[in-house]
Amino acid sequence: MDSFVGHENDLNLKATELRLGLPGTDESEKEMMCSFKNNKRASPESVEDSESVAGSDDKHGNRETPAAKTQVIGWPPVRSYRKNCLQPKKAEAETGIYVKVSMDGAPYLRKIDLKVYNCYPELLKALENMFKITIGEYSEREGYQGSEYAPTYEDKDGDWMLVGDVPWDMFMSSCKRLRIMKGSEARGLGCA
Amino acid sequence: MMMNYFPDEVLEHVFNFLTSHKDRNAVSMVCKSWYRVERFSREKVFIGNCYAIDPERLISRFPRVRSLTLKGKPHFADFNLVPPDWGGFVYPWIEAMVKLGVHLEELRLKRMVVSDESLELLSRSFVSFKSLVLVSCEGFTTDGLAAIASNCRFLRELDLQENEIEDRRGHWLSCFPDSCTSLISLNFACLKGEVNLATLERLVARCHNLRSLRLNHVVPLDTLQKILGKAPQLVDLGAGAFVHDPDSETLNKLKNAIQKCTSIRSLSGFLEVAPCCLPAIYPMCLNLTSLNLSYAPGIHNNELIKLIRHCRKLQRLWILDVIGDKGLGVVASTCKELQELRVFPSDLYGVGNAAVTEEGLVAISAGCPKLNSVLYFCQQVTNAALITVAKNCPNFIRFRLCTLNPTIADPVTMQPLDEGFGAIVQSCKGLKRLSLSGLLTDQVFLYIGMYAEQLEMLSVAFAGGTDMGMLYVLNGCRKLKKLEIMDSPFGDVALLADIGKYETMRSLWMSSCEVTLGACKTIAKKMPRLNVEIIDEGDQMETSPDDRHRVEKMYLYRSLVGHRRDAPDFVRTL
Repeated sequence: MDSFVGHENDLNLKATELRLGLPGTDESEKEMMCSFKNNKRASPESVEDSESVAGSDDKHGNRETPAAKTQVIGWPPVRSYRKNCLQPKKAEAETGIYVKVSMDGAPYLRKIDLKVYNCYPELLKALENMFKITIGEYSEREGYQGSEYAPTYEDKDGDWMLVGDVPWDMFMSSCKRLRIMKGSEARGLGCA
Repeated sequence: MMMNYFPDEVLEHVFNFLTSHKDRNAVSMVCKSWYRVERFSREKVFIGNCYAIDPERLISRFPRVRSLTLKGKPHFADFNLVPPDWGGFVYPWIEAMVKLGVHLEELRLKRMVVSDESLELLSRSFVSFKSLVLVSCEGFTTDGLAAIASNCRFLRELDLQENEIEDRRGHWLSCFPDSCTSLISLNFACLKGEVNLATLERLVARCHNLRSLRLNHVVPLDTLQKILGKAPQLVDLGAGAFVHDPDSETLNKLKNAIQKCTSIRSLSGFLEVAPCCLPAIYPMCLNLTSLNLSYAPGIHNNELIKLIRHCRKLQRLWILDVIGDKGLGVVASTCKELQELRVFPSDLYGVGNAAVTEEGLVAISAGCPKLNSVLYFCQQVTNAALITVAKNCPNFIRFRLCTLNPTIADPVTMQPLDEGFGAIVQSCKGLKRLSLSGLLTDQVFLYIGMYAEQLEMLSVAFAGGTDMGMLYVLNGCRKLKKLEIMDSPFGDVALLADIGKYETMRSLWMSSCEVTLGACKTIAKKMPRLNVEIIDEGDQMETSPDDRHRVEKMYLYRSLVGHRRDAPDFVRTL
């Protein structure tokens, strides 16, 4: 992938340019690969990555950020203890808890990964963003009073429960699917 | 001279004011009587390489030793370059101290192999044992900890930092007897397994002098809340799991407890975290001088920034690169007292994109006038940035910069980073430790040899072009103690140019360089006080080794006691 932007409009002379080097490699990338010391161990292969770092795009012109794809032993110099601490997090994150989310009146359902969220406010905010609605704040007495919507979930027993009553961890393990109720049906749930 | 007429007690009293072992070493070399008085009065001994001397000789010189610090494996063992079972066993040291009647009170170990047997022997043998600090060690289990807890009746400090400890699912914490009230410092953050929470609470409650407590990831927030209620005198806290429903009674109680903990100056942990709970700790942030969030990947960029805005008195900050350049800008404008910064990479196996670049470092250098120690993992760095940093911060003592791609050039000029690092060594006249990375030629070593007069430790990887690079360093850096080099084209010419130099250094490590077996043999033959060890994990040893063979890993160190007798098969001492 080319890290240069803006070639769509010009004649793309670069592609027809006569120059030394393997086809498909950029000039600067070639320089990078030549300057790498040849040794017997796995050499990091420069792979162009077009993600710009820290938001500033063309401040430095052609900003190359080739990433070492092959793992070099001993690099980066990070203690294995630290690596092991950060790694398991990634493994855990890969097995998400995906549940269907339906909203009354919506043409199709959505799916979210409950593991992404650490507490109810985060989940509710995500639902609000996803469906462009306002759910508001939970209160034990009133439920989601003041809102047109009430988030509910189906638990392991098949019952429909109001989101927010039980501790987060308990909710995560018992929630089978979510349903955002609307209108009078929603308000009905909030009654004492 | 007048000093000769001072009775020994006076000399001893004067020497007591010398706390650094370097000062004590210097004093002991003045004359015979000073040597004698010093050695009998020395209580704290520091051994930078456990194979440089043996315990018997040590104890015969310092019979009154009470506190021993030992370091074992070479530094690059941290990065998996040294195979397991290489060595660094503490057992012989403990055994010798028992035999020779040492009244050991304190043992601090780094990168050593510590067995449960050694911990048991330690716990049973030294009546006044007070302090055990283990950093990056391995080889023991929670059974060994149980022995320490059970038997060390006056234990004040049990500090476990980043060790690999096998969890036997025992109840080591419960082994502290009810009569134990002496704990001042307890750090078990690196333990993976469960601890009995009720036991922990009771232990904290009865140790009224507890100043430092670092919990592991299984200790939940509501236990933390109870603990803080019982130990408002804490100065250093490591939170375990910091996850809870933010609108809960528990979190309210936590906030109240935190209000009473007015002495906390150091915070770490947050091994699991729900960011919505973080505001609870903002009141603590005002007085913090040390903050370590480098093990808290659950805290995202904007929460980190919000938190740091409260930390105006911070002197030490360890974080993950998720903070980003913008976040570092906030650090620069908030933390005017900052002395030490470490930015660790969060994504180690992914595409390898660090979220920080040279911009963050430049901002810090401009905003934090007291900065003297930096460890910085970043995507890239420019010469211009390094030159600016050097100008802004002439007071660096430690400077370690790691680009994730080890041979990346200056992305703007496509030049090597020689000029940038050269500016650092030229400006920072007190620089003691330096780690380089990025595209580097012999030129940077010329600069280092010329300017880095106080340099004691240098780490090099994928750098240099010819033997001249290494020669510049060996010839120039008079105070060099540790040199470690990986994957660089330095060979026999450099290695053999001045072998006497190695006796002035603690150690030299070279891996994946161009040195040959023959050259290593030459050094070993000429220098009886150097141990030259070849680590060979492959099949080189099976075929008869040719002197022209390249050596994959060489570790060379000075020693007063000759070859070590505990070397494994894959280590050959020449």
